[in-house]
Amino acid sequence: MSVRVLLPNAFQKHTNGAREIESNAANLPQLITEIETNFPALKTHLRDEQGQVRRFINFYVNEEDIRFLGNDKYAFQDGDEVLVIPSIAGGSSAESGTPSAGSGESRRGVCCCCSYCGQEECICGD
Amino acid sequence: MAAGYELRCRECGKRFENAPLSICDECFSPLEVQCDLDAARKTFTREAIAAGPSSMWRYQALLPVPEHYKPTTPAGWTPLIEAPRLAQRIGARNLWIKNDAVCLPTLSFKDRVVAVALANAKVFGFDTVGCSSTGNLANAVAADAARLGLKTYILVPADLEPAKILNTQVYGATLVRIDGNYDHVNRLCSQIADRYNWGFVNVNLRPYYAEGSKTVGFEIAEQLGWRLPDNVVVPMAGGSLITKIRKAFKELIALGLVEDKPVRFFGAQATGCSPISTAVKTGADAIEPQRPATIARSLAIGNPADGVYAARAIRDSGGWAEDVSDVEIVSAIQELAETEGIFTETAGGVTTAVTARLYAHGRIHLDELTVSCITGNGLKTTDVLEGAYEQHAAIRPRLSDFENYLAEASEENELVVERVSSLG
Repeated sequence: MSVRVLLPNAFQKHTNGAREIESNAANLPQLITEIETNFPALKTHLRDEQGQVRRFINFYVNEEDIRFLGNDKYAFQDGDEVLVIPSIAGGSSAESGTPSAGSGESRRGVCCCCSYCGQEECICGD
Repeated sequence: MAAGYELRCRECGKRFENAPLSICDECFSPLEVQCDLDAARKTFTREAIAAGPSSMWRYQALLPVPEHYKPTTPAGWTPLIEAPRLAQRIGARNLWIKNDAVCLPTLSFKDRVVAVALANAKVFGFDTVGCSSTGNLANAVAADAARLGLKTYILVPADLEPAKILNTQVYGATLVRIDGNYDHVNRLCSQIADRYNWGFVNVNLRPYYAEGSKTVGFEIAEQLGWRLPDNVVVPMAGGSLITKIRKAFKELIALGLVEDKPVRFFGAQATGCSPISTAVKTGADAIEPQRPATIARSLAIGNPADGVYAARAIRDSGGWAEDVSDVEIVSAIQELAETEGIFTETAGGVTTAVTARLYAHGRIHLDELTVSCITGNGLKTTDVLEGAYEQHAAIRPRLSDFENYLAEASEENELVVERVSSLG
């Protein structure tokens, strides 16, 4: 069984220019591990300080958001086309969902910057 | 900062030279334009702004375009009007409407963002531009690209309102209908932008595009006599507009053009597509994507790009978000037209209905200065009013016929009044 995985341009700096790979992964966690094994330079960029896949990276299977298909539980089918697309839609991740207590610490990993000054810790008096 | 503005990663803070780029190559998070406020301080004064053009370009010093850029499209500078009759209807006392239903040239606030995006498309040397759109953006890109002599590829969901399709094609744009919803279209555009050397206004030009929305905030403040309102109610699709109005207010405070004061931000969505309002209401940190099912197609983005930032702006300001049904949306379109003479599209119906609910639930106090942002024109979504009004039979051009007509109309009214009082 194999699936075709299309990588975004933003990854190419860390993948020696590779834009797609064939994978035998059975599901999303296996696929992410495989991508990291193939492209060690990508690993530190793919995950945040807590080791979670960054929330702005989205996975789609044959045009459908993998979150609508069961996310980590979805078993890849032979011939599936998997798209990895960062950022066009942000804000969600497989591991997310903890309500914010509103403190700076709990915000970390959710929305670190101020939209005005761009800093993790706002410097413009917010 | 050589150009007066540059790109910066919203998460890791990495800085980038100006380029058609929207994603950080280190952490894959979105990029944002940061303007050099110190440089703008000299030119961005109340006097200089007042002497500027009657368009959004009066704020050019805080927009990411080259210093001597000569704008071609006079978008923006739309009316901010007091809305006493709507206020009375919904139990408010100090309600204002920012009316981008009459934004030029294509009658939605998208003319503002496109003006900035295509200015940058020219700077970067693109000869072809495009977008994924729920309609208003398609219209705006098509019109502005025609004026700038750029080729266009505009991708839209196949079920878009006919008026929005026509209002794109008339400008000679290449319209590609996609068998899917907006989120499918947007994803395809992201792939196309990776593959072709085109400027997609809401993909690789997105950081520049989004800055255009700040002009809504600049205008509200200036039109209120250089002061900030107590509350702003904003429709949310991708969630960008509400964050950019907030950014505009903060920039004005930083430059000393308005007095600092708390402004609460309220977001409006349709219940059939409410990922951001749901996050606000449940206190969730993340946006859970939805499959849209609403007549408010211009707000039907199930996986909003700026959703987390919008939810945060709302929460941090002490505001709230609400969502309303399709029936409420249509009623609100009628209510706004009947009370204030403003015909808005479905998104404006959403904003108006949510505004009414915020007063009804006591989330906005009736005396607070509140601005409701109307972002699009009703002429583009007339299909939702189909069957809403009965047409009587035509009468002959005779005074006697007209008098008969009046008498009949009056009898009908009395019958209605009787029916209502017997019910009550």
